[in-house]
Amino acid sequence: MKKTQIILLVLIAVAIAVLISFLNTAGTYDSMQMAIEKPGKFMHVAVRLDKSKPVEYDPVKDANFLSFHAIPVEDPSQSVKVVYRNGEIPNLMVSERLILKGKYETDHFECKDVQTKCPSKYKEEQAKGQTHPDSIKVN
Amino acid sequence: MNYIGEHLLPGQLGHFFITLSIVASLLASFAYFRAAQAKSELESNPWKKLARYAFLVEVVSVFAIFSILFYILYNHLFEYKYAWQHSSRSLELKYLLACFWEGQEGSFLLWSIWHCLMGLILIRTGKKWEAPVMSILSFAQFILATMIAGIYIFGWKMGSNPFILLRDSGVLDNAPALHVDFDITQPLRADYMASVKDGNDLNPLLQNYWMVIHPPVLFMGFASTIVPFAFALAGLWKRKADGSIDDSWIKPALPWSLFSAAVFGVGIMMGAIWAYESLSFGGYWAWDPVENASLVPWMILVSGIHTLLIYKHSGYSLKSTYVFFILSFGFVLYSTFLTRTGILGDASVHAFTGEGSGLTYHLLAFMGFFLIPAFVLFIKNYRIIPAIKKEESASSREFWMFIGSLVFFLSAILIIGKTSVPVINKVFGTNIAAPEDPEYAYNSIQVYVAVIIAVLTAITQYLKYKETSRSFFIKKFLVPALIAAGLVIALFIYGDIKYIKQGPGFHGALWLAAICSIYAIVANAAYIWVGLRGSLKSAGGSIAHVGFGMVLLGIVISSSNKEIVSQNNNGIPVPLGEGEKPGENLALVQGVTMDMGKYSLTYIGDSAHPKKQLSYYKIHFKSKDGKEEFTLTPNSFVNYKGNEGLMSNPDSRHYWDHDVFTYITSISNPDSEKDTASFKTHTLKPGDTLFYSRGFLIMGEPQEKDSLPPDIFGDTGKLFETPVKIFAKTGSVYSVTSRLAMVKGENLSLPDTITSESLIFQMQQIKPDKSMELGLKESNAIMKYVTIKAYKFPFINLLWFGVIITAIGILMSMVRRIQLNRMNRSGS
Repeated sequence: MKKTQIILLVLIAVAIAVLISFLNTAGTYDSMQMAIEKPGKFMHVAVRLDKSKPVEYDPVKDANFLSFHAIPVEDPSQSVKVVYRNGEIPNLMVSERLILKGKYETDHFECKDVQTKCPSKYKEEQAKGQTHPDSIKVN
Repeated sequence: MNYIGEHLLPGQLGHFFITLSIVASLLASFAYFRAAQAKSELESNPWKKLARYAFLVEVVSVFAIFSILFYILYNHLFEYKYAWQHSSRSLELKYLLACFWEGQEGSFLLWSIWHCLMGLILIRTGKKWEAPVMSILSFAQFILATMIAGIYIFGWKMGSNPFILLRDSGVLDNAPALHVDFDITQPLRADYMASVKDGNDLNPLLQNYWMVIHPPVLFMGFASTIVPFAFALAGLWKRKADGSIDDSWIKPALPWSLFSAAVFGVGIMMGAIWAYESLSFGGYWAWDPVENASLVPWMILVSGIHTLLIYKHSGYSLKSTYVFFILSFGFVLYSTFLTRTGILGDASVHAFTGEGSGLTYHLLAFMGFFLIPAFVLFIKNYRIIPAIKKEESASSREFWMFIGSLVFFLSAILIIGKTSVPVINKVFGTNIAAPEDPEYAYNSIQVYVAVIIAVLTAITQYLKYKETSRSFFIKKFLVPALIAAGLVIALFIYGDIKYIKQGPGFHGALWLAAICSIYAIVANAAYIWVGLRGSLKSAGGSIAHVGFGMVLLGIVISSSNKEIVSQNNNGIPVPLGEGEKPGENLALVQGVTMDMGKYSLTYIGDSAHPKKQLSYYKIHFKSKDGKEEFTLTPNSFVNYKGNEGLMSNPDSRHYWDHDVFTYITSISNPDSEKDTASFKTHTLKPGDTLFYSRGFLIMGEPQEKDSLPPDIFGDTGKLFETPVKIFAKTGSVYSVTSRLAMVKGENLSLPDTITSESLIFQMQQIKPDKSMELGLKESNAIMKYVTIKAYKFPFINLLWFGVIITAIGILMSMVRRIQLNRMNRSGS
């Protein structure tokens, strides 16, 4: 066997090992129920913002602490407290869906990162049959 | 029906040129194919001539399409959906070009334009490779043209046309006000254009000058990868008369691939600067799928260049060169597929809305048309591709160069593998998501790749092709190694790598990467004198490697020594729970100076853009040693066009050795500024203490003032002045004189406000025994604040400078290769 072939095999073995270890550290898309059942496990959970409860953010007291309630997509009867410690989340109020990345801890979902899914301006207009308020002014 | 106020001619011309472009590119492709397949020159020349004319028509069409679209955008013809969707009247002229690349149609058009220009050069310089290479390129043009065709074939919409009218696009279908009798089942009103006054505007994040210049460069890089691919494919397709592989394609392919690597690399890094300058994720690289998707083909292309050089000098590695060039272009197509079809979904912050399944299949077909024939040809010819049976010597340059290329290639495959997780989920129905620290998942691997590549770029230069004697290597190798060792010791003494969050293992790896990059810089720079005796003409490779070493060092130092200036652990007391780390957001109340690490920060105020909902926030920085004092003005689009909240653009202060970088994360909500708290009255005597939530105040003795103007106060009027001292928890002490006037039996007073304490008090009554009634309220409403994040990036210029040097080095090699090719030709 040639040296290059040996090194190629070694490198491919390393690459496979790296991919396997990546899969071990990788999170999963899961339900809030799963997150509550397995506290401490990192997950991506899809939720909607619970607009019946207040969003708590007082930047003058603590510019980083944000807390709100979320309704899991799979079970609309629930409402889970979410804590995010990295300031305000843009477009939180208008979001139609949130992807929370974090883990459940005793009484709340501790979120490392939040991705807001906003209704695409353009698609929403088509769906709701409205044009954008700023873009088309009707006299 | 005729509609009032529409300009239909540009659109009709546009449709015509799109159709012409489809026909011309297909004809060029076919004619070039016939020319390439022809047995003799006599047979091939007429086809070639026809193909050239067809390609010229294609070039004219593409430029015409571009110009017409520009005309539509420039003149705000909002009857066209593209102009309505991507531009507005308030959009500055300089951002008009950015409208092209915001939309998918414009991006494909731009890609097409670069192909045209490269095609023209290939026609002039291609010689015997012109026909096969141009046949492939023209076919790519044909597919790109169908991307903007927007025609229906058997009910399947092919491509998306930039000249579609707003009224045909469906956007207006459900807007009652624009229809006759306000009924959406009725046709549009003839004067509907009178209501369409402005467009949707360009995404605010794209309103940045880097966004005007980086996409053209990046797309030129993307587009140029087809040339090495086409040469490689042509090399497999057009064999010599005796049936053996014709490897003469590598000569023209080498400068082209160097050009591609330089432009592509610069384009990627310009994108990184754009992210740094205008996005608010606090850095220049986040391993986002969109970034990875352009990095990966570049890395494979660079591997291909190195194996090509190996083949040229030693006869090894031609097979890997074919694979790398094919895959490099293949991954350009794949990355277009990843970023344009919306398959990334939740995995990317980039909101590329997919055009639906039509585009997915269209792009899959694009990939299939090019990659399947390429790999079929490669496998068919595998046995006859020249290769040397004898093993490379471990002391040869080609051996270590090959190892380097292989490591680089595998690292690219790892990156794209992780990036493709959403695709894997879709295909296999799994639910794998990004890990807790997605950036570390990449960094923890790539840092070792950086170590290996840095060392290999350094050592390999000192090895000779075929075989290197031990004494030669040690003699040449010793000096740079000693210099590098000296610099590393200096880094140990004067510098530091501060990133310890991921534990000692990763910290050590970062140190190792820094040391190896320093070594790469020194060894490659030294090689210009030691190895090449100062001959700059042929030093392109060494210079590029010096630049690449600087890029690596710049990345390691700027990222791992990034400091969070806005670390919120003093200033406004934060109720830090157990084990909580201080956050990166800092609240700044207008006019109040905050102590933050090395700086004290003051939010001075804000100003608004005259035409847009864009606000500029002035943040004053003063370093505590008094050496630096400056004002940064990060800006934010506030509630822009239906978006709630902020879209922030950072601002940074550049120094030669570091940048201070800040952006706005939230602002006080004007709606919540309605004051709802009410005064609570307290009865106090001089010297009394009154507590409020963040401190206490001590009342002084009320003083009655005399000699008051009688025309205001009358005969019995009185004015009292009472000194009040406020002791805040933060340690600040404020002195306020509270005034109360008694005029005609009425008590008049103005409230006193301590902004930073959210405190308002008002003297309501002073009795003859000097007891006072003081109204007190605490309110958030009086606070005007912003929250910011601020970072310090040390030695980021090393990274940008390294990119420039790398590009210069690669371009120098390209020029050198072109010269050598010319000399060869005239010599033979």
